[in-house]
Amino acid sequence: MIGEVDPTIINLTVFVLAIFVGYHVVWNVTPALHTPLMSVTNAISGIILVGAMLAAGPAESDWGVWLGAVAVTLAAINVFGGFLVTQRMLEMFRKKDKKGSA
Amino acid sequence: MSANLVALAYLIASVFFILALKGLSSPLTARRGNLFGMVGMAIAVVTTLTVTKNWALILGCITVGGVIGAAVARRVEMTAMPELVAFMHSLVGLAAVFIAIAAVNNPVSFGLPAVLPMGSKLELFLGTFIGAMTWSGSVIAFLKLSGRMSGAPITFSGQHTVNLILAILMVGFGLWFFFSETTNWTAFAGMAAIAFVLGFLIIIPIGGADMPVVISMLNSYSGWAAAGIGFSLGNPMLIIAGSLVGSSGAILSYIMCKAMNRPFLSVILGGFGSEGGTAAADDGIQRTYRSGSADDAAFLLGNADSVIIVPGYGLAVARAQHSVKELAEKLHAKGVNVRFAIHPVAGRMPGHMNVLLAEAEIPYEQVLEMDEINSDFSNTDVVLVLGANDVVNPAANVPGSPIYGMPILDAYKARTVMVVKRSMAAGYAGLDNDLFYMDKTMMVFGDAKKVVEGMVKAL
Repeated sequence: MIGEVDPTIINLTVFVLAIFVGYHVVWNVTPALHTPLMSVTNAISGIILVGAMLAAGPAESDWGVWLGAVAVTLAAINVFGGFLVTQRMLEMFRKKDKKGSA
Repeated sequence: MSANLVALAYLIASVFFILALKGLSSPLTARRGNLFGMVGMAIAVVTTLTVTKNWALILGCITVGGVIGAAVARRVEMTAMPELVAFMHSLVGLAAVFIAIAAVNNPVSFGLPAVLPMGSKLELFLGTFIGAMTWSGSVIAFLKLSGRMSGAPITFSGQHTVNLILAILMVGFGLWFFFSETTNWTAFAGMAAIAFVLGFLIIIPIGGADMPVVISMLNSYSGWAAAGIGFSLGNPMLIIAGSLVGSSGAILSYIMCKAMNRPFLSVILGGFGSEGGTAAADDGIQRTYRSGSADDAAFLLGNADSVIIVPGYGLAVARAQHSVKELAEKLHAKGVNVRFAIHPVAGRMPGHMNVLLAEAEIPYEQVLEMDEINSDFSNTDVVLVLGANDVVNPAANVPGSPIYGMPILDAYKARTVMVVKRSMAAGYAGLDNDLFYMDKTMMVFGDAKKVVEGMVKAL
């Protein structure tokens, strides 16, 4: 029976459930970390890199490859920039913790 | 790698992304969460490499992007975080558009049928228009936040009508694209072009002070753009990651709206803030207030037992966080109990003030959220308001006031209130603030950083 279901419906199922997960996880984020939350979600939306890689590396190449290559570069800026700046910010919060407990 | 193995690896990566967000529930687990995010991304990229060709090109581009991203992340000032985030949203939007164009051009390389079915066309349409709007909207937000463009709202008559007509036109081009037998580039390009213009038009009427909402909203859009591409490519990992980001941005926008007392719907539709900043209340009566110098303020602070500092937008603009830390340390040395009260919209993006105070190494336990500290104002000697206005306006408790119902910090309950501000000008809500005219209030005029430095010297 599952074989007859349109893949779009299965994708929709995943989509709706993921929104629920996101909703519950994000409400638990402490307000003090909302800026790091935003930068880390920025990095995560860089997951579009995967789509860009598919565009840049097809079996048969044409001009679309170059669009893909640009997209890979843009998404990589996001992934690296996002995770690294989040790490930098979170280090600041750690320094504070150490001082507080000392 | 077989398709099944790829799908399983993607599932593992998705779980890591969820754990990354979960880690942020506490500063203690946050760094581990960020690490989980990186691991998830690494799994996703390596897995995808096994099914693509042109490795040299792909790895080269990742390296270039990685070097740029790392350099930006290392150099950016914490006060400039909102700009950086807006900039990065724009990249996701643009990448989504490029991927969609590539997919329309060569569907087979994405595992789609050579002639796109209707469902795929609809998904590509969604991915493209959300991506295009995210790109142009974020570019405007970036220009406004970085001061390269005036933060003042740009409005013209019939703005909403124009937006509506454009939106209908865009859907029209979309329908033309669906019902064309072959790949209809004209329809696709028309739709993408209108989406770019719409993103631009939706953000220009929004004033600079509303940026916390805008940034959260674009954060959400960038997630939906990634999810849209996930639908087009039938890739559940993109859908999951995109939805996590999308719902995160939506929740942040909701929190910001609540803290600013704005209806959620009008924010999502855009075009708000158009009357902001112009309608300063003027009832014709010259009201009197007391003003003092930084030295007077320092004297009062030094003799207090308890002080609550309320930092706001003005502190972020003046980059005064390091001077404030010095002030707090001096007061501590004198045995004064100093704490910080953070309103949810303090700063220029959600949680921005916490990061600025963390950067200045102000101890975590001194920084409290609104709910935690509001009941303490009534037994506090001195409240020092630094560059905040509407968030301490007691008019929020008066029925009929435009900001009635907005949650505020109860600074007016303290024994003495000191407000550091550039002038008596109204906040972005355009309201006079009764707090400034109370008998127990002293105004200290000037740039937040200079005034605080003056106080440090006087202590």
